[in-house]
Amino acid sequence: MTRTHLTTTALAALLGATALGAQAQEVRFMCYSDGNECEVYDDLLNRFEEQNEGVTIEVDTVPYQAILDNLPVQLAAGTAPDMAKVTDLGGLAEYYLDLTPHVDEAYWEENFGNTLDWYRGDRDEGIYGMHSQLTITGPYVNATLFEDAGVEMPGEDATWEDWAQAATEVRDATGVQFAMAMDRSGHRIAGPAISYGAELFDAEGEPILVDEGFEDYVAQFVEWHETGVMAQDVWGGAGGSTMVDAAQEFINGELVFYYSGSWNTGRMEEQIGDFFDWQVVGNPCGPDGVCTGMPGGAGIVGFDQSDNAELVAQIIDFLAQEEIYAEAAARTLNIPAHTGVASEGVEYQDVSEPAAEALNAWGAMVPNLSPTAFAYQGYPNNRAMFNITVERVSQAVVGELTVDEAMQRMREDLDAAMAEMQQ
Amino acid sequence: MASLWSMLTATRGRNGRLHWTDWASYAYLTFGILLMFGPVVWLVVSSFKTPNELDRFPPRFLPYVQETVEVEGFSDPLQVYTVTEGDLAGEHVAQTRRAGTRAEVVRPDAPDDRIRLRTDQLQAVERVGFTTSNYTELFERFTFFRYLFNSTFITVMATLIMLLVNSMAAFALSKYEFRGRTPVLLLIIATLMIPQTVVLVPLYLLVTQMGLYNSLWGVIIPGAATPTGVFLLRQYMVTIPDEILDAARMDKASEWKIFWRIILPLSAPAIAVLAILAIMWRWNDFLWPLIVLSENEKFTLQIALFSFQGEFQTNWPNLLAMTVLTLLPIACVFMFLQKYIATGIASTGGK
Amino acid sequence: MLRVITPVMNLIEIPFRGAQRMLGVPLIAWVFLVPNILLFGLFAFLPVILNFVYGLTGGTNVLLADRPYIGAQNFNYLLSCDNHFDPNTCRDDKFWRAVYNTTLFVTLQVGFMIAFALTTALILNRDIRARGFFRSVFFFPVLLSPVVVALVWKWILQREGILNAFLDWLNQTWLIAALSGVTTALGGEALDVRGISWITDADWAFFWSVFISVWAHMGFYTLILLAGLQAIPRDVYEAATMDGASAWRTLRRITLPLLAPTMLVVLILALIKGVQTFDEVYAFTGGGPGTATTFIIQYIYEEGFAGQPRLYGLSAAASILLAVVLVVLTAIQLWLNRRSVDG
Repeated sequence: MTRTHLTTTALAALLGATALGAQAQEVRFMCYSDGNECEVYDDLLNRFEEQNEGVTIEVDTVPYQAILDNLPVQLAAGTAPDMAKVTDLGGLAEYYLDLTPHVDEAYWEENFGNTLDWYRGDRDEGIYGMHSQLTITGPYVNATLFEDAGVEMPGEDATWEDWAQAATEVRDATGVQFAMAMDRSGHRIAGPAISYGAELFDAEGEPILVDEGFEDYVAQFVEWHETGVMAQDVWGGAGGSTMVDAAQEFINGELVFYYSGSWNTGRMEEQIGDFFDWQVVGNPCGPDGVCTGMPGGAGIVGFDQSDNAELVAQIIDFLAQEEIYAEAAARTLNIPAHTGVASEGVEYQDVSEPAAEALNAWGAMVPNLSPTAFAYQGYPNNRAMFNITVERVSQAVVGELTVDEAMQRMREDLDAAMAEMQQ
Repeated sequence: MASLWSMLTATRGRNGRLHWTDWASYAYLTFGILLMFGPVVWLVVSSFKTPNELDRFPPRFLPYVQETVEVEGFSDPLQVYTVTEGDLAGEHVAQTRRAGTRAEVVRPDAPDDRIRLRTDQLQAVERVGFTTSNYTELFERFTFFRYLFNSTFITVMATLIMLLVNSMAAFALSKYEFRGRTPVLLLIIATLMIPQTVVLVPLYLLVTQMGLYNSLWGVIIPGAATPTGVFLLRQYMVTIPDEILDAARMDKASEWKIFWRIILPLSAPAIAVLAILAIMWRWNDFLWPLIVLSENEKFTLQIALFSFQGEFQTNWPNLLAMTVLTLLPIACVFMFLQKYIATGIASTGGK
Repeated sequence: MLRVITPVMNLIEIPFRGAQRMLGVPLIAWVFLVPNILLFGLFAFLPVILNFVYGLTGGTNVLLADRPYIGAQNFNYLLSCDNHFDPNTCRDDKFWRAVYNTTLFVTLQVGFMIAFALTTALILNRDIRARGFFRSVFFFPVLLSPVVVALVWKWILQREGILNAFLDWLNQTWLIAALSGVTTALGGEALDVRGISWITDADWAFFWSVFISVWAHMGFYTLILLAGLQAIPRDVYEAATMDGASAWRTLRRITLPLLAPTMLVVLILALIKGVQTFDEVYAFTGGGPGTATTFIIQYIYEEGFAGQPRLYGLSAAASILLAVVLVVLTAIQLWLNRRSVDG
């Protein structure tokens, strides 16, 4: 079925190209890399260019900062590129090009059904973007340290407290520096908070961010920092909404349990090599048996200000085809959001056994994600909520505010932000 | 107290002998070299390290690479280790496989004899080696010379425009008595107060309206409007005696001629300082070019440099190599220009 | 070089002669000013004025036309505090934390900067060998882009950085053991200089922010002060030496007073640039830990540009308050200077 579909798209693309004439068309694609994504897309898009004479696709590789800070201003001023790889999926939704008229709707609904909604913003339907890089948050564990310490690794239903205890024992037994660490990010802490019962939204779907479950986890989180279970360097190591990771400590074998996400798999594989055994384990559970991480990631979108809307839609559709998508996922070591590709399984290229296992472990976590986590990821203004979380929780971690004060400030910040956004 | 100050002010000891204050001065200066140059040397050396070596703690000053050896029967070169204990203690072995804390090794001369050891019995054999791949990768990945050209073009044009325009204004504000001089001067000083970072959004909208978006001129022209230059040059030009100007006017020289034949040469040291500053500002500018320029062909070196920073990861090896490369041209320019500051000061110093 | 410039300059002279004939000598000054005023008007004043208008509007739209007018609300929001000395009681606690951090930072940074720049300039002004080389050494960090400065130092100071490696090594040497012996013998604690996490500790992070900022910019002020020192005529010193004045006296009675105009430039620039410190500290600590090194420009940048939602109005209002404070400070400096010159 996919094959026939591919041929029809190729035909359509060919016809489209002839209809558009031999006139040269240029599309600009603003891209950022966490590894080799832009190079891979550039390479894949060369094939599109070969199939469509007169079309050139320029991949402009920019720092991530440009996507995050500059692109929104460019969009508002009407000077944005034709397409881009973005992460603030819902926040920029008003500018996305609706691909529906140009693509096979059924194919997209079938394969990207989980993620299409993240790109819709306030709208209920439409195809606005292709999720190119699905990420899942979860823990990396240094198995060699567990072995050396003779501590048994907690099993599948282990709670956060079990892990904290085990990791601390391992640290004390082996003399490494840190038991646990979590990336400094409002997105990363959201998964555990949901496991502790945070709802984030009220019954009407309006954001509340702070509730009992959320506060419980933050209180626990801050306590772990005070008692030295969590590495102070990460959340206490920066201000504002700056992201800080602990990958270097984990790679150097100085950290037992590292809560990060699937995007670091390639780096672990490359830099740990056979220095020690590492594993990706399932998300620890909260007190009530919820064990979730956060989904996330980046996607490729077109902008409706583009002069070449149809062509942009064709390019994105080209990248969304099963074969191309599978190749991109394999070469960039990403977890596919395309259900067809996911069910087939991706044959990752040139990776070692631990990395392949890890990538599959991430894939296996997707069904366990809580609906709240999906709702949070899909909420258009979630970035404001992430930022508020990271700033205020950090202040509690370093002792500038008490947990109560931080929670109070978070509620006020959220109210102020919501008020401004409605103006 | 007095002796401390004499150390700071006295000149070299009489009779060709070094006074203790001279020794103290040189000690201060040597410490200065360490403190000022040390970090940069560390940066340069580190840019030749492999990713694993970069993440290593404790870090080592020089870059090391592990020895490898070609062993019959293995397609890839194997890593060499020294055995620290057991029967083979002291011998060099090549590692074939490793799982957790267990390793399988062979002696290079007896490739069929697989030996099992614990990893803590092995110590890597390393030698000092400069990894150049951090640099060569850059040239494969980027159109490096395009970026170099863009950066150079922006820097040169913006500096020339800024120097000319600012020195003209400084001349007018320092050597003429006219109505409106004080307000103009105050306005210029007032704009010193607001850094560009703060007005990014309105400035961006203005530049877009003028059609300068995604054009090198969109970086050059706003960059040339820096108040610091006018302020610095004016303060310097005020000290040039008016008599020189009056004498020239007697000779029927036009005001323009006075400006460029007399004032400009006399202000050479200040202009040289400003030139260095302007070159440095424009060359190192990151935020503004990033906003105004959106296409690969227009990118500057600084934008390329920071494209190594992704959402989650920073590609340190390439980032360091790129930093060194962007640093080189400006260091050369500085060495060239700093002579002008020296001669400039020497020739006008007596006045 | 001159061969290229001369014809160009001669060409420009023709319209200038015409203008001079029409306007006369003092008014020709305006012709010299026109290009600068044009550039400034468009790319410096106009954005500032627009910024002021932004300060009076709310919402999250970028385009001014789409933004509702809300009067002085942004200013009220920023300024309302129960107790202005305790940021926790303010409606916008981040703004006030930034204000206090900036005040402390500028006081320390400008103080150390001028002290070190002056010391260095005085030493370089002595009759030393290889003066050009040493001058370059101290100026060199000025050439580095702020972000590179931050990256280099962050990398030296991180927990697994070279400074901590050095301190760990030092801790095992006989020197520390000996000193430790002395302190314990005196009833104190054993000496321990093991590496710590510099960027995680609020006070150390602040210290290193000041240090790095002085490190990076000192060369610039040294150069200006050196130029000022070299412009002091030699014969003044010779006269002083004849009178048998001590070096200390010469410094206080001759060098420093004659250096006063240059010092004023340095002080004004250092103060303004100090308040505007942003890039290097932002790249170094991100304003952390918590808000310990968040300065006012970072606040403005994050509220209006990097944050979510983007509150341009609030950010613009804060920038206007900043400008007002700076103008007042500069005016005070100029006034004090004038008084001391007149007096």
